[in-house]
Amino acid sequence: MIKFFLMVNKQGQTRLSKYYEHVEINKRTLLETEVIKSCLSRSSEQCSFIEYKDFKLIYRQYAALFIVVGVNDTENEMAIYEFIHNFVEVLDDYFSRVSELDVSFFSAVNQVFHSTWQRTG
Amino acid sequence: MCRDLATEVEKLLLQPSAYVRKKAVLTAVHMIRKVPELSNIFLPPCAQLLHEHHHGVLLGTIMLITELCERSPAALKHFRKMVPQLVHILRTLVTTGYSTEHSISGVSDPFLQVQILRLLRILGRNHEESSETMNDLLAQVATNTDTSRNAGNAVLFETVLTIMDIRSAAGLRVLAVNILGRFLLNSDRNIRYVALTSLLRLVQSDHSAVQRHRPTVVECLREPDGSLSRRALELSLALVNSSNVRAMTQELQGFLESCPPDLQADCASGILLAAERFAPTKRWHIDTTLRVLMTAGTHVRDDAVANLTQLIGGAQELHAYSVRRLYSALAEDISQQPLVQVAAWCIGEYGDLLLEGSCEETEPLQVEEEEVLALLERVLQSHMSLPATRGYALTALMKLSTRLRGDNNRIRQVVSVYGSCLDVELQQRAVEYNTLFRKYDHMRAAILEKIPLVERGGSQADEEAKESKETAQLSEAAPVPTEPQASKLLDLLDLLDGPSGDAQHPPPLDPTPGGALIHLLNLPCAPPPPAPIPNLKVFEREGLQLNLSFVRPPGTRTLLLITVTATNTSGGDVTHFICQAAVPKSFQLQLQAPSGDTVPAQGGLPTTQLLRILNPKKAPLRLKLRLTYNHFGQSVQEIFEVNNLPVETWQ
Repeated sequence: MIKFFLMVNKQGQTRLSKYYEHVEINKRTLLETEVIKSCLSRSSEQCSFIEYKDFKLIYRQYAALFIVVGVNDTENEMAIYEFIHNFVEVLDDYFSRVSELDVSFFSAVNQVFHSTWQRTG
Repeated sequence: MCRDLATEVEKLLLQPSAYVRKKAVLTAVHMIRKVPELSNIFLPPCAQLLHEHHHGVLLGTIMLITELCERSPAALKHFRKMVPQLVHILRTLVTTGYSTEHSISGVSDPFLQVQILRLLRILGRNHEESSETMNDLLAQVATNTDTSRNAGNAVLFETVLTIMDIRSAAGLRVLAVNILGRFLLNSDRNIRYVALTSLLRLVQSDHSAVQRHRPTVVECLREPDGSLSRRALELSLALVNSSNVRAMTQELQGFLESCPPDLQADCASGILLAAERFAPTKRWHIDTTLRVLMTAGTHVRDDAVANLTQLIGGAQELHAYSVRRLYSALAEDISQQPLVQVAAWCIGEYGDLLLEGSCEETEPLQVEEEEVLALLERVLQSHMSLPATRGYALTALMKLSTRLRGDNNRIRQVVSVYGSCLDVELQQRAVEYNTLFRKYDHMRAAILEKIPLVERGGSQADEEAKESKETAQLSEAAPVPTEPQASKLLDLLDLLDGPSGDAQHPPPLDPTPGGALIHLLNLPCAPPPPAPIPNLKVFEREGLQLNLSFVRPPGTRTLLLITVTATNTSGGDVTHFICQAAVPKSFQLQLQAPSGDTVPAQGGLPTTQLLRILNPKKAPLRLKLRLTYNHFGQSVQEIFEVNNLPVETWQ
């Protein structure tokens, strides 16, 4: 089950965040900084799946933006990996060559995400 | 809120607009997650929704069914009937050609496929019939999926997971393992990661199949990636068995040298465990443990030292070999604490073998006595040594004093220096050893004999407990006054048999840190048995005498047995004789029945009565007696306190 979905840039600013399990507001920032720290410390040679506390993080880097999904043990990591890429492709189509600015300024991203999310479970 | 709106949502599930239906299904999924009792509302529409063409709704339905099945066994049974239908859906998905709307890099709707596979997994778990229906389909999916892109790999991975979980045919399982093996060879790290994770799950059930991929797994140990190497380590440790133990240990030791510190502890304990279970020879076992200690000494578990000492102690033929290896290891490096502890112990025990000079199994090593002593002194003085290590080294030095042929001045010097050490443990040991040199020199050789093999008892604490139990079982004489500066009680043991050189029954000597008792041998002078306490005459009146006799049984220190003896030297009988006693509150008194209540005249048979007094607090004994009897026609009652009780009655 997916616990959360984050889009964070390299400086640690969260561009998009969706939580599917209740996490308190003040804990969210903490969680996001920790998650981005663990993702940043990985080199390009290491695999995209990290074990973090009691769930797994699956991340993908697109230029300066990290897309991180936190899942519990029952999920198929490869499928989530595909899902991230699928989402990015959809965004690309929607905004015609999407960039981080688009993500930060357009609330439509939320909508797009929702639709893709429903589409892919 | 969910309960109120559940019925509304159910109605919306059947709306004509696909978009509304999709949203409704997703809402239903979230509702089930929050409130599982609503499942009976959402059960009926599912069957109909499975006929959907719209993939979005279909996907949502599958998710809904998955949630329902996970949360309620009744739903599970209900949906098992739909397995053929699901199989059909999946088959059409896989076999239909390219469809622009749903395909991702050549695979048609991988997300739907993955979801259906997951549902099939849940339905087929522990259920023969459904599993059989799925077998063909799974084989088909496994062989037909295009693996050049990640989407295909994702579907394949889910297939493998499903095969592993349901009651699949043996051939299918082998197929699954082979797929995972292929994943392992893939250059993409993500795929290798998932493969390693799944193989770890499989290794319990399909051990032989996974063994075939052992070389690849071992390759993965060399990955720079932390998560990959951790998984590879776990899997390699699970794959070690008696036939491949030598090769695997070699690989694992290579890994130990280069791996990051957080993995070192796991790796070291894993190697030691594997060595313990599958060691082909004792020498190999000692070698392996030594090597692990030298590489990762600081990260091994605490009982590794105990295990190794026991191992060496048990392998008699390897004493010379081990002591040499340990000596050379110690000479190079004295920073790894467990290694230093074992080496110090070994050198202490088998120092004579070290100096003998010849051993076929290692290169000839000429070691001088002075070198050995210098090394042990270095260990003692090094700031890197833990207090426990210092204890080991000091005891080893002491043992060497009997093993070496030279004079002991150097050792005596060191020992006396440490007599004023700040560390209490060390100081105590040093002082005791010093006294051993000065006062009990004749006993030194016997005390510092070789240790017999201790029984395998698990942790260090267990071994110490066993040691103390052993000593309790051996016969003890009465305790002896303590050594002037030592605070612990020294138990004397009777010498069991034979001269001190007898290797069969040497008395145990405990070198473990946190020092337990030191047992001195009891040679010619045994302490005398406790002196008997004199009888006490407490009462005399008109010929009737009362005598108290005291016995302190040797086993219990707090018990006192008093026998009251009444003798009658007068002319008349004493009848209805009753004796009662009273003691202070901290004591416990038990009066036993008297032998009779008549004390016959003219020195006849005396009446005796037994008093048992328990004195747990060792307080001074006070005793009051009350006598009632008839004598010469008069009834007499006497109450008096017993004075002049000897000190030995209560000390």
